[in-house]
Amino acid sequence: MSAAGVTATRVVTRPRRRFRVALGAGVALIAAWTVVAVCWPVLAPFDPEAQDPLSRFLAPGGAHLLGTDQFGRDVLSRMLAGARPVLQVAPFATALGVLLGTAIGLVAGTLGGIIDEIVMRVLDAVAIFPAIIATVLFVALAGRSVTVMVLVIAGAFTPIVARSVRAATLVEREKAYVEAARLRGGSTIREILPNIGPTVLVEATSRFGDAIFAAATLSFLGLGQPPGSPDWGASVSDNRLWLTNAPWTVLAPALAIASLVIGIALTADSLRGRRERS
Amino acid sequence: MRGFLLRRAATVPLTLLGVSLLVFAATELVPGDVARIILGREASQASVQALRDELGLDRPWFQRYADWLGGFLTGDWGTSYTLGVPVQDLVVSRLGQSLLLAGVAFTVLAPVAVGLGLWAGVRHDRAADRVISVGGLAFGAVPEFVTGVVLLVVFAVNLRWFPSGAQAPEGSGPLTVLWHLALPALSLVLLCTGYVARHVRAGTAVSVESAYARAAELRGLTRGQVVRRHVLRNSTVPAASALGVQLQFLLGGLVSVELLFGYPGIGALLLQSAVDKDLPVLQSAAMVLGLLYMVIVLGADVAYRLLDPRVRLGAVAS
Repeated sequence: MSAAGVTATRVVTRPRRRFRVALGAGVALIAAWTVVAVCWPVLAPFDPEAQDPLSRFLAPGGAHLLGTDQFGRDVLSRMLAGARPVLQVAPFATALGVLLGTAIGLVAGTLGGIIDEIVMRVLDAVAIFPAIIATVLFVALAGRSVTVMVLVIAGAFTPIVARSVRAATLVEREKAYVEAARLRGGSTIREILPNIGPTVLVEATSRFGDAIFAAATLSFLGLGQPPGSPDWGASVSDNRLWLTNAPWTVLAPALAIASLVIGIALTADSLRGRRERS
Repeated sequence: MRGFLLRRAATVPLTLLGVSLLVFAATELVPGDVARIILGREASQASVQALRDELGLDRPWFQRYADWLGGFLTGDWGTSYTLGVPVQDLVVSRLGQSLLLAGVAFTVLAPVAVGLGLWAGVRHDRAADRVISVGGLAFGAVPEFVTGVVLLVVFAVNLRWFPSGAQAPEGSGPLTVLWHLALPALSLVLLCTGYVARHVRAGTAVSVESAYARAAELRGLTRGQVVRRHVLRNSTVPAASALGVQLQFLLGGLVSVELLFGYPGIGALLLQSAVDKDLPVLQSAAMVLGLLYMVIVLGADVAYRLLDPRVRLGAVAS
C-alpha cells in the first residue's frame, strides 16, 4: 500500500493554482451563506413569513425578484432566511461529532491492544447501520428538535471521524518523537495530538458538508424544525406540489442547498489535496 | 480465504443483534403511551388499558424485546397499527419495489462510473479529467432530493420527456416501468458516480504510468490495448470496493428519493411508519434494511478479495 500510495500522490497531484481557485471559491460560498444566515433580517427585501393572498405564485421579476409561493410569500426572502436553521444545526453537530470521534480515535490508537480492538469493533457495528435510517428513526420517534438533530447527526459522524483519526494516530505512534516522549515519561497523546491536526481539519470540513446534507434531508423529510418557518429542505418538500406551475418556488431553495454543499465540498477537497501533497 | 469468510460471516449475527437493540431502543423513546397513540385522544382509559394488556406493554422491556426479536426471527412480524395488514407482506412487497429502483440505478451506475474513472485516469490532468473530477465532487455533495427536484423541473416539467411520478400504472410493460424509474434512478446515480469514478481514476492514473504499462507500450501495444489488458484489471479492485461503499449510500438515498417521486418503496414506508408511530412496521422495515446493508458490506468485502489475485491466492494477508 505504502509504495502505491506514494506513487498515487505524485501522479495525482494537480497544479497548485487550481487548488487555490477551488479553495477560494469554496470558502467564499461558505462565508457568503454564513453572512446571510446571520444578517438575513437586513438583507431580505420582505418579511419571509408575511402572506399576501393577492400576489400568490408571482413569477420571478419585478418587486419579487425570485417570485412568490402559494401563500404569496417572497421566495428570495425565504431563501435567505432559510440559511439560518441549516447553519444552526450543522456546525454544532460537526463540532460534537469531531470532538467525540477524535477523542475515541486518539485514545484507541495510542493505547492499542485489547482496548483498541474492542472500541473499533463497537464502532464497526455502529457504522454499519445506515446513518440516514438511524436518523429518521430517532428524530421521528424522539420528536423533532434542534437538540435531537444535533445529537443524532453527531452520533452518526463519531465512528467515521474516530476511524480516520485512529489511522493517523497509528502512523504517528511509530515516529521517533513519540518514542522520545515515551522514554521521557511524558504524555504521548499530548505529543501526537498536534500532529494529527491536519487530519482532524480535513475530517471536520468533510463532516460539515455531510451535516448540511443531513440537516437539509431531515427537513425535506418533514423531520426538521416546526412547519411554516423558512427552511430550505422543508420549502422544497412543501412546494413540490406546485412544481409544474411554479418551479421557481422549488428551484430557489434547492439551488441554495446545492451552492452551500458544493462550496464546502470544494474547500474539503482542496484541504485534502494540500495535506496529501505535503 | 475461507478463514476470512467464516470470520466475516460470524460477525453478521452479532451485528444484527446490535441493530435490533438499536431499533428497539429507538422505539422505546416514543414520547407518550403507544396504546393512546393508536387509539387516539377520544378513547376511554379502559380501552387504552385493554390495548396495553393485549400488546403486553406493561411487561419489562427485556421481555418485550425478547418476544419481538423471537417473533422477527420466526417470521411473525405482527400487524400494522395503522393499516391493519400483516407487516411481513407489506415490508416484503415494498422491499421488492425498492430493490427494483436500486437495481436500475446500480446497473447504470457501475459501468458509467467505472468508465468515467478509467477515462479520467488515462487522460489524467487533461480537460476531461478535470470536468469528471469537479463534476463528480459537486454532484456527490448535493443531496439526492435536490438533484431530483432539478431533474424534475427540467425533464418532467419543461421538456416533458419523463413522468413526474416514479410509479408506473398497474399492469404496464417493463419499458414503461423503466421510463418511470429513469429520473429517480438518475438522481441516485449522480449522487454516487463521483466517488466511484474518483477511486477508479486514482488507481488508473498510477497504472498507466507504471513500469508494466510502459513496457507493454514499448512492446508495440496500442494505448487501447494496454488499457484493456493491463490497466482495466488493476482498476477492478478499487472499483469493487468503491461500488460497495456507494451501494450503501444509494440505499440510504432511497428514503428521500422515494418521497420526492411518490414511489412506494421501503424507504418511504420506513419514514411513514416513523411519522405514524406504527412500531411493528417501523421495526421490521429498519431490521430488513439493516440486514440488507450487512449483506452488501459483506458482499463487497468478499468481491474485493476475490477480484485481487494477490489476496485470493493468499500472497497478502487478508
